[in-house]
Amino acid sequence: MTRVLMTGNAAIGEAAIRAGCQCYFGYPITPQNELTEYMATHLSRRKGCSFIQAESEISAINMVYGASVAGARAMTSSSSPGISLKQEGISYLAACELPAVIVNMSRGGPGLGSISAAQSDYFQATRGGGHGDYRTIVLAPSSVQELADFTHHAFELADKYLIPVLILGDGMLGQMMEPVEFKHEAPQELPIRSRALRGAKGRPSRIIKTFTSKPAELEEINWSLFRRYQLIKKHETTFETFMTDDAKLIVVAFGIAARIAKGAIKTARANDMKVGMLRPITLWPFPTDEAQELAKNTKHFLVFEMNMGQMVEDMQLALEGKGEVSFYGRPGGVIPTPSEVNKVISRLYYQKGLK
Amino acid sequence: MEKVYTRPRSLKKVTFHYCPGCGHSIVHRIMCEVIDEMNLQERAIGIPPPGCSVFAYHYFDVDMAESAHGRGAAVATGIKRAYPEAIVFTYQGDGDLAAIGTGETIHAANRGEKVTAIFINNAVYGMTGGQMAPTTLLEQKTTTTPYGRDTNLEGYPIKISEMLALTKGAVYIERTAVNSPANIRKTKTAIHKAFQTQIDNLGFSLVEILSPCPTNWRMTPIEAWQWIDKVMTKEYPLGVIKDVTGK
Repeated sequence: MTRVLMTGNAAIGEAAIRAGCQCYFGYPITPQNELTEYMATHLSRRKGCSFIQAESEISAINMVYGASVAGARAMTSSSSPGISLKQEGISYLAACELPAVIVNMSRGGPGLGSISAAQSDYFQATRGGGHGDYRTIVLAPSSVQELADFTHHAFELADKYLIPVLILGDGMLGQMMEPVEFKHEAPQELPIRSRALRGAKGRPSRIIKTFTSKPAELEEINWSLFRRYQLIKKHETTFETFMTDDAKLIVVAFGIAARIAKGAIKTARANDMKVGMLRPITLWPFPTDEAQELAKNTKHFLVFEMNMGQMVEDMQLALEGKGEVSFYGRPGGVIPTPSEVNKVISRLYYQKGLK
Repeated sequence: MEKVYTRPRSLKKVTFHYCPGCGHSIVHRIMCEVIDEMNLQERAIGIPPPGCSVFAYHYFDVDMAESAHGRGAAVATGIKRAYPEAIVFTYQGDGDLAAIGTGETIHAANRGEKVTAIFINNAVYGMTGGQMAPTTLLEQKTTTTPYGRDTNLEGYPIKISEMLALTKGAVYIERTAVNSPANIRKTKTAIHKAFQTQIDNLGFSLVEILSPCPTNWRMTPIEAWQWIDKVMTKEYPLGVIKDVTGK
């Protein structure tokens, strides 16, 4: 398979089509418009597929809900303010155990914020985001290749666990061009999911709903969801480690920030500083066990995020006091450079007496 | 002896939870009669709203999926686009379709989505206890217009069906009522036509049904039926609002 040069946004679109995505519903918002446009060009005329530029993000996510009810692989995408609007629908998808893929090419906030890349939607993504007790799997790619790979994986995970899956990228990943290889061909036909509503032909009628007037019944639905979340934690937690074996300081970063950090770490290594990196790939579930494992040999962790410190809380929770957690972040859509992060690493390295 | 009246096949043998005199049970029944007569039980997918009729899925013996408040038209769009063979209908109240879901409704109609909306207009929010609806009449007292709906403060009763008729994608819109045997029969005919419009793939169809809510109107069922005739139909005249189906 040859590699092609594509923007991150377009790569998600191509990967989604190759994952058998039949329905895409979106609403324009920068910096993810290339994805919506890609789907308009490449999905809308495909047999058995549907593309709609919806009247709002709320409508788009509810169209995804409808398509998922009917058993289709469905997807929507947006950026931070639009993702806020989708939270109602995501809660319903989670409650009704309906698979869907939601892409957030996040930008600076709060409010209308800026259109520059940021990571300030970490809390919203990893805590459910909408109302009620629920989780969504959150995948954090850090390259265009990973955007493509994780998009495919997201559809598989969504179907396997009957859960909405979020891809948390950012405006930089969406806009930049890199070579990408697509490892899958679009399937000819996908099996119809067993719970899908296709009309009560040859079987009793079915209901997809959450509302109940009996709290005990709703409690059982919540227990059932959480049993599945335990399974996901056990089987689907993924992460990358980089030069952690002998590290005295470990940088913890996700998505594009991890890529910036990697550059900084390479410089630090060249200057004889033993620095490594933990990159959570699933932000939920968070790689808690790996953090604990790393804390056996390393006591100093530097969480680096393009926000005011959100994942830092998960790292503190994960370590249970077994390591010291520092934080460096740039909010608002400011993109730090590897040399800037390297300075932070060097300062901390000396301050903690690791040299 | 010939059996001339029986429970429709697609209406489950479950006792309705609706209040005495409520229009929902009448509409449910005639919808199920139409579903049977048109042989749609195996193709229909219904979308009930939050509200009194959320439990419609306990009564209709067809596939049904709950929608978030106001999002019925978007959910119907998603289902129909993913599975065009289905006959998709929403069942929505006035708050659902004409307040919180106005955007979804207008744009589904304008896209000419091949779905059918059954729109229950009872001029009040029922399940939440009788608050003002967008369709609440002028001077009508509700729990949130305790002095009567005042144009200066709350504006005017919205005529969403007439608004929807302006969209090219909407091909059949009729307003009926369920406050007399004659009107119930006309409503049934309208529902039949709305489903036929969808089967023929012509575009968006909607039947607005003026429906009594004696509990929140603080009336007896008989007074409620009379109020529809004397007051509601003056603001919301019955009849075909738009029909470009050519049938």
